[in-house]
Amino acid sequence: MNKTLSSNGIRPVGSGAKLVYVSSVVLLCAWVIVPIYFLLINTLSSPETVNSFPKSFFPEFDFGSLQFFAEFSGMLTALKNSIAVAFLTMIMSILIGAPAGYALSRFDFVGKNLFRLLILLTRAFPLPLLALPLAVMFIQTGLDDTVFGLSLVHTTLAIPFAVLITFSLFSGIPLELEEAAWTLGCTRLSAFRKVVLPLILPGITASAIFAFVISWNEVFAAAVLTIENRTLTAFLLQNLGTSPLHLKFAGGFILVVPALIFIFAVRKYLFAMWGIANR
Amino acid sequence: MNSRILPYVLILPVVVFLLAFFIYPFVLVSQQAFQGDDGGWTLSNFQDVISYWKFPISLKNTLLLAAAVVPIQLALALLMATMVSRMNKGRDLILYVWTIPLGISDLAAGIIWLAIFEQSGFLNSMLSGLGLIERPMNLLSYQSPLIVFTAIALAEIWRATAIMLVILVAGIGLIPKEYYEAADVFGASKWKQFIRITFPLLRPSLQTALVLRVILAFEIFAVVAALGGTLFPVLMGETYAYQFDLLNSGAAAAIALIILGISIAFTIVILRVLRVPKGASI
Repeated sequence: MNKTLSSNGIRPVGSGAKLVYVSSVVLLCAWVIVPIYFLLINTLSSPETVNSFPKSFFPEFDFGSLQFFAEFSGMLTALKNSIAVAFLTMIMSILIGAPAGYALSRFDFVGKNLFRLLILLTRAFPLPLLALPLAVMFIQTGLDDTVFGLSLVHTTLAIPFAVLITFSLFSGIPLELEEAAWTLGCTRLSAFRKVVLPLILPGITASAIFAFVISWNEVFAAAVLTIENRTLTAFLLQNLGTSPLHLKFAGGFILVVPALIFIFAVRKYLFAMWGIANR
Repeated sequence: MNSRILPYVLILPVVVFLLAFFIYPFVLVSQQAFQGDDGGWTLSNFQDVISYWKFPISLKNTLLLAAAVVPIQLALALLMATMVSRMNKGRDLILYVWTIPLGISDLAAGIIWLAIFEQSGFLNSMLSGLGLIERPMNLLSYQSPLIVFTAIALAEIWRATAIMLVILVAGIGLIPKEYYEAADVFGASKWKQFIRITFPLLRPSLQTALVLRVILAFEIFAVVAALGGTLFPVLMGETYAYQFDLLNSGAAAAIALIILGISIAFTIVILRVLRVPKGASI
């Protein structure tokens, strides 16, 4: 649509209109980037600078704040817990979600619509609230305050996305490819492994990364369900009232970095994911 | 394994998982909310919660915030989505930059805006650099509720516009370009094309984006905790306080159900207002 419009030359590109257009694009980019840059300045400044006034608009590349963050009691454990929970969430949500995505794309079965409804229902729900009753349930089963228990809850958050994303990925691969493999002597399983899997592996990786980010960023359930084994978000939240500014900023920055990398890694799939989620 | 049973085997893990960690906890939370100390059915948890002095304030704050933030986000996301759809060069880069906040947690977003609004922060630094103030002001205090509100609203707009943007960009991509070509032939202006083609055909995406965003808006928690602390009570923060500080899980469950009720009510309203006529979707 875009190309046709501009190549037809129908769009009235007066230089004034173009200037407004370009400057608003630049402005909106700045609106996103500048706040992150401010956080970067604070992270790369010494604790004294972070607490002083006025602020410089350039980082002094001092690692005092980050060092303070690393040496703060319990912080590295929290970081480790965050990574562990996110990894477990990533693995579980793909292992559990992908087969369902495959089933949705390849089979017509009784109850398919009911199943889709169940998946969609989870999205119209303030899911973190379910951490409250789970806290009781986990104490009864000994899962309270464990990395595994929390990752179960985060997997619940990530599964609807995993199912919908893998559904769209599998739908993009023609059934004929699989059928051809069957006629050449493959079983359903070996056809899947040799033909389908290599084709969708990048997409699966993208949705796994997405699951990782969902877990990494989650605050409420993490804060409710962990006490000793806090994740980074829960730990920072717990100490918001008492921790010094440079600790908050360094912690916030550590939270942001994976997000920047991951969004970059999955950017190709971002729109496919949400495009399908619209249906 | 034959293809009659196979699909059920494949969806079984998800079904079991969602039954255990979605449906069952939902039943539990409803039970908790309606159960008294003696184990009998009662509405006392709801009475406790609603009669607490903080409840009307946190309800008002949550709704006000949603009312201020969501329309701005919708307008901004629509603007950005239409801008991107006209872009040829650099589209990928611009989209990447605009979707960065999608990966940033609400807590991190709160901390980012804290760097701007705290007393020795960048807003004060800018103001004093321009000579507008002599000493840094304490912006996030109980004396300036409006600034606290603005800071939280800005952080929310900054963080969560991206999710709407992505849904709308995906939705615009589904609109056949022939409609626009036809509109061009008949000499419709860009604005008219937006009102007559983009907007109506985008309705399913608008629905999704609004439902998702409004539900998330009622869940606002960590941004507020980072920026306002106790200055700006919201429903989700009260839930957390009941669970942790007051150790009253019955009341926490009651507030949770109230949040759930509000979310469902708004979802239904949005679905009604933006109803897509049967057979009219692309």
